[in-house]
Amino acid sequence: MKKIDRSSKVRTGFHQAKWDEPVIFELTRPGERGILVGKAGQKVVSSVQGTKALPAFLQRKTAPALPEISQPRVLRHYARLAQETLGADVNIEIGQGTCTVKYSPKVNDQLANLPQLRELHPLQDESTCQGIMEIMYQTNQYMCEISGMDRFSFQPSGGSQGVLAMASLVYSHFKALGEEQQRNEIITTIYSHPSDAAAPHVKGFKIIYLHPDKDGYPDYEAFKAAVGEHTAAFFVANPEDTGVYNKNVLKFTQLMHEKGGLCAYDQANANGLLGVTRARDAGFDMCFFNLHKTFSTPHGCGGPACGAIGCAQFLEKFLPAPLLQFDGEKYYYDYETASNADGIGKIRQFNGVAPVILKAYAWIRSMGPDGLYQVAKTAVLNNNYLFKKLMELHCVDAPYIPGKQRIEQCRYTIETLFKETGVGTADIQRRMMDFGLHYWTSHHPYYVPEPITLEPTETPSKEDIDEYIETLKYIFDEAYQNPGLFQNAPYRSVCHRLDESNMDDPAQWAVTWRCYLKKFR
Amino acid sequence: MKTVGLIVNPIAGLGGSVGLKGTDGVAEEAIRRGAEPRAAARTAVALKRLLPIKDELRLLCPSGEMGERLARELGFDIEVVYVCGDKTSQRDTLGAARAMAGADLLLFAGGDGTARDIVSAGISCTVIGIPAGVKIHSPVYATRPERAGELALRFLQGGCCHTREAEVVDIDEASYRDGRVCTSLYGYLKVPDDRDFLQHGKAPSPVGERAEQESIAAEMMGRMREDVYYLIGPGSTTRTLMDRLGLTNTLLGVDLVCTRTLVQADLSERDILRRLEERETHLVLTPTGGQGYLLGRGNQQLSAQVLGKIGKERLHILATREKLFYLEGRPLLVDTGDAETDRMLSGYARVIVGFMEEQMCRIGGE
Repeated sequence: MKKIDRSSKVRTGFHQAKWDEPVIFELTRPGERGILVGKAGQKVVSSVQGTKALPAFLQRKTAPALPEISQPRVLRHYARLAQETLGADVNIEIGQGTCTVKYSPKVNDQLANLPQLRELHPLQDESTCQGIMEIMYQTNQYMCEISGMDRFSFQPSGGSQGVLAMASLVYSHFKALGEEQQRNEIITTIYSHPSDAAAPHVKGFKIIYLHPDKDGYPDYEAFKAAVGEHTAAFFVANPEDTGVYNKNVLKFTQLMHEKGGLCAYDQANANGLLGVTRARDAGFDMCFFNLHKTFSTPHGCGGPACGAIGCAQFLEKFLPAPLLQFDGEKYYYDYETASNADGIGKIRQFNGVAPVILKAYAWIRSMGPDGLYQVAKTAVLNNNYLFKKLMELHCVDAPYIPGKQRIEQCRYTIETLFKETGVGTADIQRRMMDFGLHYWTSHHPYYVPEPITLEPTETPSKEDIDEYIETLKYIFDEAYQNPGLFQNAPYRSVCHRLDESNMDDPAQWAVTWRCYLKKFR
Repeated sequence: MKTVGLIVNPIAGLGGSVGLKGTDGVAEEAIRRGAEPRAAARTAVALKRLLPIKDELRLLCPSGEMGERLARELGFDIEVVYVCGDKTSQRDTLGAARAMAGADLLLFAGGDGTARDIVSAGISCTVIGIPAGVKIHSPVYATRPERAGELALRFLQGGCCHTREAEVVDIDEASYRDGRVCTSLYGYLKVPDDRDFLQHGKAPSPVGERAEQESIAAEMMGRMREDVYYLIGPGSTTRTLMDRLGLTNTLLGVDLVCTRTLVQADLSERDILRRLEERETHLVLTPTGGQGYLLGRGNQQLSAQVLGKIGKERLHILATREKLFYLEGRPLLVDTGDAETDRMLSGYARVIVGFMEEQMCRIGGE
């Protein structure tokens, strides 16, 4: 048998599965069924009312618009779609900077899939759910220890909802003081996650953005000019997407408190800070963690997710209801915050996604306090190894504080490559797929020209990082030698270059099948 | 069969290679210094991208060096729609552009000066600039010649079907050679809306520029009080505000609005000073693309005396994130000709970047 030549780190023989699998609604055939259920016997029919038992207003007038398709075709459809992805188990997840896509141990998935958890229902009596309630309660305590906060809620089901919950806490706080009309502004930075602006905006706050100073730190003078009697809070990520840690953050939080505002810390990605710094110690009144990032419950489409929100004691009374309590003997839900007229009420149904909390709990327990600190150290080490190697390349640069290390991620620029070859970051992204590697394109906001955002986390080996670096170098060389190659890349992926011009135009968006039919059929 | 206009400014870029910072009025000096023409070569790079569909195209060209020769060499089906003089000039660019006003797409190679000429022709067809000149500040130009060709190919094949208005700006070359930057807005051209390809391509916002301008206009409208005067300065963002108010505006001038009604169009400094005496007056401005001038470039009617009476607190600044992005943290500039007024305006200001969204920006002098 011929041995595969692996002398090169670059996976030149990669080829992704490729076919044009339609949307499942397009596969529908009238009358086709997954299974045919036999008609009920006369005895059954005569003894039940069937759908007639439902009130008239709940009875459908027309059948639901579900696809009509047989079981084997459904299985083939989803198996094919699964093969067309470049997911976490196929590629080395370094290219999805800011998302902290680390390895999520499969054993935790197995735990979450145990019937003891899987068959629980959130409406069960509390006395029958003491196990998962204990796990939730202890996870809350771990989060408090990690952040310095006094109380966590797992109700927000994602990062943006976590930010929305923080914005709601801010609103509730000022409502209780009778200042909610006056305190209607949130200050954030352009390099914080866009949700730090978008979610408070949804809550009705006006958003004030700060540009960084020449070193990449949020401009303190601009901050001083922005803070005033209308300021409700400062929402910020630290480090921001540049990977630069704002060493002056305490100055910001102190000034905000002097002016009567609150401080909220976006810790969606806290991977480089576990056991190193704590949000409360930096003067923040609240923060949130994405369990699906830092705490290893799978990210994004591998979800579901959890944007666990924590706060200082003086804000606890506004947290989403109910709060989980322990009386020394049993765990129970405390609905007192639900009756607080100024409180948030609810962010979503029930008390968080139980399997996600279980996976985070299992991960924290398996790491232990020293392990969590080791995660941060290794993530920062990996990132700075990658940073040093890439900065040796002629066409790669990183804006702000030249030569100084980043925390757990970095936003680079390949503007030099673009100027010298015409090949930009979007071209590199497409070409990386030909080598089986993911390279993210959403570097919003685009304040760095031709940006790359990379975050290795603690999980890839040195060999994995080297493969990523070597592949980038290989592609940069291609750009200098044959820039025309990039015109139609990727060649070994699901599809070639897409027309993305409609992406900028909300009038062209169709986010559901029904919307697509309405707009375009 | 689609028609594509092609205009090559044969002297574009001559000045740059011999350190003249432009070619306006100094082409002969550039040649004397040994400058080599480069516009045709750069145009060829772009046109070669259209070769796969050349049988579906007819190129409308001016005669000779301004397009015909190159298009013929590359094997395109051509129609000469304008005959140039012996020595080509700005007049030929204007004449050729007007002769191909009905084309599906107009490709032109040059710099900001050429783009100004295309604007002056007053045509409304979609255009793509092939960067060949020394000064390329106008976002009507593709980032590189091959990108111009790729974008043209996509547009002609039915992709990237949306268009947007892009600014044509230019600096005064005589001042620039003396070390002074003096940028002005000269108008707008319609370009395919694809940020991957054009100058000022990547924007910090996930929605298009027009959507951002609409959002900014909605915010500003919410702030406009009845029975108060609002002077609306030039710019595409302020123009969107006028559009939403249902008012016609003066493209490069200052208009006066009160309670959703156009009080006076295209005011002079004297008009403005007279109106300021009538009632409380606010000023709505947007910075120019490129250097980010708020005052002193293309809106000199907003003099130091005018600004002194209006004051900083009644100044409303509108800008898309894209425009601020290209300032890369540099301050917005004011040059009213009076140091005291410029000082009064300096410091941090809140710039409206969307509905209920502002960005802190520094205002300063050069």
